[in-house]
Amino acid sequence: MSDIKKFMYVNRKAPYGTVYALESLEVVLIGAAFEQDVSLVFMDDGVYQLAKGQDSSASDMKNFSPTYRALEMYDVEKLYVARESLEARGLTEADLIVDVELKSADEIRDLMEEQDVVLSF
Amino acid sequence: MKFTLQINEGPYQHQASDTAYQFAKAALEKGHEIFRVFFYHDGVNNGTRLTTPPQDDRNIVKRWSELAEQHNLDLVLCVAAAQRRGIADADEAKRNGKDADNIAPGFRISGLGQLIEGGIQSDRLVVFGD
Repeated sequence: MSDIKKFMYVNRKAPYGTVYALESLEVVLIGAAFEQDVSLVFMDDGVYQLAKGQDSSASDMKNFSPTYRALEMYDVEKLYVARESLEARGLTEADLIVDVELKSADEIRDLMEEQDVVLSF
Repeated sequence: MKFTLQINEGPYQHQASDTAYQFAKAALEKGHEIFRVFFYHDGVNNGTRLTTPPQDDRNIVKRWSELAEQHNLDLVLCVAAAQRRGIADADEAKRNGKDADNIAPGFRISGLGQLIEGGIQSDRLVVFGD
């Protein structure tokens, strides 16, 4: 494809409770076929989407967290996590199921500035 | 400027669809182009023709249908989101063995690729949601 755009997906909500996280991931997977320059940001309660050891069985909700590990196969490799959001929830990088880059709010702002398309979920 | 709009919330519960409508109308009046309006999550509920609001309230669905007719807008409901929420056109109803369809005039059902394409083809993608 000739014109590659920078797509950023901003994930701000917990994985369960609302459908946003799951349906954001669906857009990322479908979007991968378009071979754009993709990055994902996890901030606010969105950092919980990447938490290790999720068990949603008692709530009858699908635990889709293993899918984040498959993103690499879709060439989606830029995963950014808001450091302040992670720390505010008592989590560290070691609590996450995938390798990420921790970013400050200022750094995330700069990354957003570089994007052509920002999809917020 | 060429815009694609993404609407993530259903009508009446949330103002996202109203705001997107006002935005689209204003943009068109100023001579801008709306490449596509993509309805996702509960946003697909903006596309059922069975909506029956009280007479003194705005008819959000009809308003979209009319704007689409006037400006030849491309109103797209996400197929996976629509199936989950019982929004169907004649083809979808038939394929899934349903006894009726309910899609409103001017809307069509398609996949998430249409959203990505909107982002690629437009100067701006604007998300209306929570």
